[in-house]
Amino acid sequence: MKIPIYMDYQATTPVDPRVLDSMLPYFREEFGNAASKSHAFGWRAEEAVEAGRAEVGKLIGASAKEIVFTSGASESDNLAVKGAAHFYQDKGRHLITCKTEHKAVLDSMHHLEREGFEVTVLPVGKDGRVDPGDVAKAIRPDTTLVSIMHANNEMGVVHPIEEIGKITREKGVAFHCDAVQGVGKIPFDVDKLNVDLASISAHKMYGPKGVGALYVRRKPRVRLIAEMDGGGHERGFRSGTLNVPGIVGMGRACELARLEMGEEAARVHALREKLRRGIQGRLDQVIVNGSLEHRLPGNLNLSFAYVEGEALMMAVKDVAVSSGSACTSASLEPSYVLKAMGVGDDLAHSSIRFGLGRFTTEEEVDYVIELFAAKVKKLREMSPLYEMVKEGVDLAEVEWANPH
Amino acid sequence: MSYSNKVIDHYENPRNVGSLDKSDADVGTGLVGAPACGDVMKLQIKVNEQGVIEDAKFKTFGCGSAIASSSLVTEWVKGRTVEEALAIKNTDVAQELNLPPVKIHCSVLAEDAIKAAIADYQKKRGLAPTVKADTVKGDRQALVSKGVLKAGL
Repeated sequence: MKIPIYMDYQATTPVDPRVLDSMLPYFREEFGNAASKSHAFGWRAEEAVEAGRAEVGKLIGASAKEIVFTSGASESDNLAVKGAAHFYQDKGRHLITCKTEHKAVLDSMHHLEREGFEVTVLPVGKDGRVDPGDVAKAIRPDTTLVSIMHANNEMGVVHPIEEIGKITREKGVAFHCDAVQGVGKIPFDVDKLNVDLASISAHKMYGPKGVGALYVRRKPRVRLIAEMDGGGHERGFRSGTLNVPGIVGMGRACELARLEMGEEAARVHALREKLRRGIQGRLDQVIVNGSLEHRLPGNLNLSFAYVEGEALMMAVKDVAVSSGSACTSASLEPSYVLKAMGVGDDLAHSSIRFGLGRFTTEEEVDYVIELFAAKVKKLREMSPLYEMVKEGVDLAEVEWANPH
Repeated sequence: MSYSNKVIDHYENPRNVGSLDKSDADVGTGLVGAPACGDVMKLQIKVNEQGVIEDAKFKTFGCGSAIASSSLVTEWVKGRTVEEALAIKNTDVAQELNLPPVKIHCSVLAEDAIKAAIADYQKKRGLAPTVKADTVKGDRQALVSKGVLKAGL
């Protein structure tokens, strides 16, 4: 077993060796610019890009013509949200999103607010999911875009996208879905879900960093105003020389995901459940944040009550995980996602995100269970809160003085 | 977060973790911070007849630098008189541990914990408080008098 153990698959994934192999020729002999129409170098590069485009489309039930390559999902989110809002602004200037979206969506929305758009930010339930009924209620005659993510990056909770898609389609409002975390892990079909715009990233599904895509529906057609001006690449949606090796890698990653998803999801889910049961069986007061039922197979977000997340991460430095604790962020604010779900600040400080994936082994899971059990016990022995609770004090009743 | 070796040493080998008998008249207990802020420190001191702190224990809920700050002050207060312990400033703690700027509040909390423990001890012994109790925000006695903490805790 290799130390440190990587359990942060929602942050990024290693490039699958098969993906890397597919890319290498496009750094060496096949280095052409896909926009060079006058020679074979360009033609072969274009051919490779189109093959990649078809594979990305296939994975999400779209045609190749509906795929626009970008530098990654943040750019896709920006292009979708700002591009659609700007295109349809004569129709209306009201947009809808939710509190737990990725910052690329939330900050794009804030940007539009400063331009005079009105944004409704929907709450999520304790399970972390948006209520489709809330979406229906929030839609007004001047609403032009709804943006709700497929699966959340912090707690892996999967939103009711199909139900929301039904509503937006019925009301004639464009529907953007940040599908970064779910695509390639669980089924995502743009027609079944009635999604009009979808952001995808290669590096979250064993492809390279620096390449992503935006799905843009053709029927009924969704239109955007491009963010990037230039040579008019990608049918004018996104100027800039195409990242040929990246696109080839993304295509191969999508192909592998499509072929292996069922088997992989079952295996990863079994490991995730082993991890959860193992930890909860060895420690009391370990809380799962967000719905367990509607969740990515490879995500587990736990709060270890009475233990601070950053201190715990220092204790388990052989394992790469992440925390919603304020102490791990520059802002000293605990996770806004956990806060939106109604998780108290104290438990948000105690949260750890485990991300499992393609290369996670059972041996690693076994090791992590024992390591966390031992370290949490040690830190609880050092915790005045755990001591107080054991002595029968209700921490919620204590009027804590805020020292800051 | 990149910490100094001293923080890591105190975090990995914390000094004086534990509890003293809080019902003992010679023991003062300070409990400062709040779970919602991500740090709570409990510092206890045992003071002898000469007014010298002969033992100190801590328990801390918080990040690595909070644990290191409280561990360090237990070492520092031991063998000092109450007055000498009150001279320990958060800047001394921050400097000794080379805390990054975003972690300075951990050293502030450690200083507050010393003051709170001493105020509790002085109250128990009927001594005039050196530091006004209301300047110590996490004063345990105040929590007890409000009925939110059991007197024995």
